[in-house]
Amino acid sequence: MLHYFANPTRFQRLSRRVEPWLLAAMLVCFGAGLYFALFSSPVDYQQGHTVRIMYIHVPAAWMALFCYTAMAVSAAVALIWKHALADVAAKATAPIGAAFTFLALVTGSLWGKPMWGTWWVWDARLTSVLVLFFLYLGYMALRDAFDEPGRGARASAILVLVGFVNVPIIKFSVDWWNTLHQPSSVLRMDGPTIHPDMLTPLFLMAAAFQFYYFWLVLLRIRRELMVNRTRALRHRQASA
Amino acid sequence: MAVFSGRHIDCIRGERQVLSAAAFSLESGGALMLRGINGAGKSTMLRLMAGLMRPVSGVITWDGVDISDDPQEHNARLAYVGHADAVKPALSVLENVTFWSKLAGAGGMDASDALAALGIGHLTDLPARYLSAGQRRRVNLTRALTSGAELWLLDEPTTALDAATAEALTSLIERHLKSGGMAVVSTHAELGLAETGTLTLGGTA
Amino acid sequence: MSAFSVLFRREMRLAMRQSADSFMVIGFFVIAVVLFPFGVGPEPNMLARIGPGVIWVAALLAAMLSMDRMFMGDYEDGSLELLVLSPVALELVVCVKVLTHWLTTGLPLILTAPLLFVMMNVPGEIWLVLLLTLVLGTPVLSLLGSVGAALTLGARRGGVLLSLLVLPLLIPVLIFAVGAGDAVLFGNGAKANLMLLGGMLLGALALTPWVTAHALREAVA
Repeated sequence: MLHYFANPTRFQRLSRRVEPWLLAAMLVCFGAGLYFALFSSPVDYQQGHTVRIMYIHVPAAWMALFCYTAMAVSAAVALIWKHALADVAAKATAPIGAAFTFLALVTGSLWGKPMWGTWWVWDARLTSVLVLFFLYLGYMALRDAFDEPGRGARASAILVLVGFVNVPIIKFSVDWWNTLHQPSSVLRMDGPTIHPDMLTPLFLMAAAFQFYYFWLVLLRIRRELMVNRTRALRHRQASA
Repeated sequence: MAVFSGRHIDCIRGERQVLSAAAFSLESGGALMLRGINGAGKSTMLRLMAGLMRPVSGVITWDGVDISDDPQEHNARLAYVGHADAVKPALSVLENVTFWSKLAGAGGMDASDALAALGIGHLTDLPARYLSAGQRRRVNLTRALTSGAELWLLDEPTTALDAATAEALTSLIERHLKSGGMAVVSTHAELGLAETGTLTLGGTA
Repeated sequence: MSAFSVLFRREMRLAMRQSADSFMVIGFFVIAVVLFPFGVGPEPNMLARIGPGVIWVAALLAAMLSMDRMFMGDYEDGSLELLVLSPVALELVVCVKVLTHWLTTGLPLILTAPLLFVMMNVPGEIWLVLLLTLVLGTPVLSLLGSVGAALTLGARRGGVLLSLLVLPLLIPVLIFAVGAGDAVLFGNGAKANLMLLGGMLLGALALTPWVTAHALREAVA
């Protein structure tokens, strides 16, 4: 199946057909999610309206990890099977993942001020997410640092895989260390501990972010393929 | 009798197709000259033969076995002399040569003999930083002599060499071939080897 | 003679004949630490509090300084291609390179550290623990640094990029190393921290030579 979609032309055709649906699904989820998040969900008895930051913060943090994992899988496929489309997918994902990570850090900071009385604390969760942000930046910098694009692609793919050790550390940092950041209350073995009325908008927002990612990544992959094709034409021009 | 051959070799370097459907075959005692204008892919071909790069498609085999199946084993039978001379200025000439011969394992010419054969026997104790380009080139070539490798891959070996040394090199290659070795040499100049095959690369570039 | 000793003697010989590099690392280490009393004021209790952290951060930066040279010389003069093509396993070559890097930067850093403990007024009871963290931690710097050094070969502004890639990955080492000193001061004992550092060292030792070797093959391809 991998090879079926590996063909860039087939991929372009398919992705052009899927994109409008993703866009529509994203808009619906955003609309419903924001309505529930801002109006219809209950106010937290301790946190008041501040709790609504959660509906951006938590999905953004999930996406930060999801994007990195997607990148690591793509990088592994690109390294092992020399799969050109996987490499393009990793490249296309990086800035999106970096943006989600940044969003998670900023909203976390905004939430931290009223809750903990400070914009930033150096606990394990925050630090490891900050490292994740640096890993995204490092990936993009390394990828851009070579005159020959292929070398940059392979070197940065190795870097992504090395940096993957950070992902489980982030996930479990709140369980392993006694941190200020609260432990996971949704994705846990014994079921979620937060109120169902809060769960609905949270999942809607998470779905919206997810659709947003897939929509954007397909656009970016298509753009990247076009850039590659232009470059190939230039090379042909040079050697003609 | 070993056979070293390649079929349908395509290679893309950077973003440019350097080789397309190249092929060669070489037996023990044989030599192959790589010819072609600059950028035709001579160096690339040698790097593919060494296993430094892999072809995009096509296969290079030794006695029918893909060389990428066991790179370590392929490394043990080849000596590659590239454009860069890999000479450490901080080490003496002899230190430079013996390091590589020890790393390659025993079996080749003695280091001092090899230096003498290329006409720099008097320089053994000199720190390599005092060498001229031609002398560094000869130090580099010494590595092939001392390695005891079966397959020599020489990229423009006569660059920066004077006529007399080039002749000495030719007779050293001939000796290597007589003892059952193989050599692939990319060159612009005529080396004057007896019976050799020629592979001309890149008609279009 | 074994391949290890052939490689090791060459690396040491090269390092010895360019020993100025080692002294530069030490010089940087000392100067970076000495700047702090000027920056935050010379109050002894304050210096004692921040001393271990400052010394560790300076050691990290000093080790980074020499990191990009690990494979650069061999890459530029063509030796790296030949090392990749030698019958010796490239992982062994990497291990020897890392060992030499540690002997010429990590070890001198450890030997200089007591001098800085004195200057930064670091309490005597945590000297031993801090030295132990340096002994366990500096090899991790060399190991992870080798990955970065191999990945950035041939990159534009490779040295800066190398720090950008490797330093974030070294944050855990820094946390647990400095934490060991604090643990002793708070009376908790540093065993857990030292065990974690040891674990990181073993993990790095098992994985990085393999990753670095792979990155080097890509660099010369």
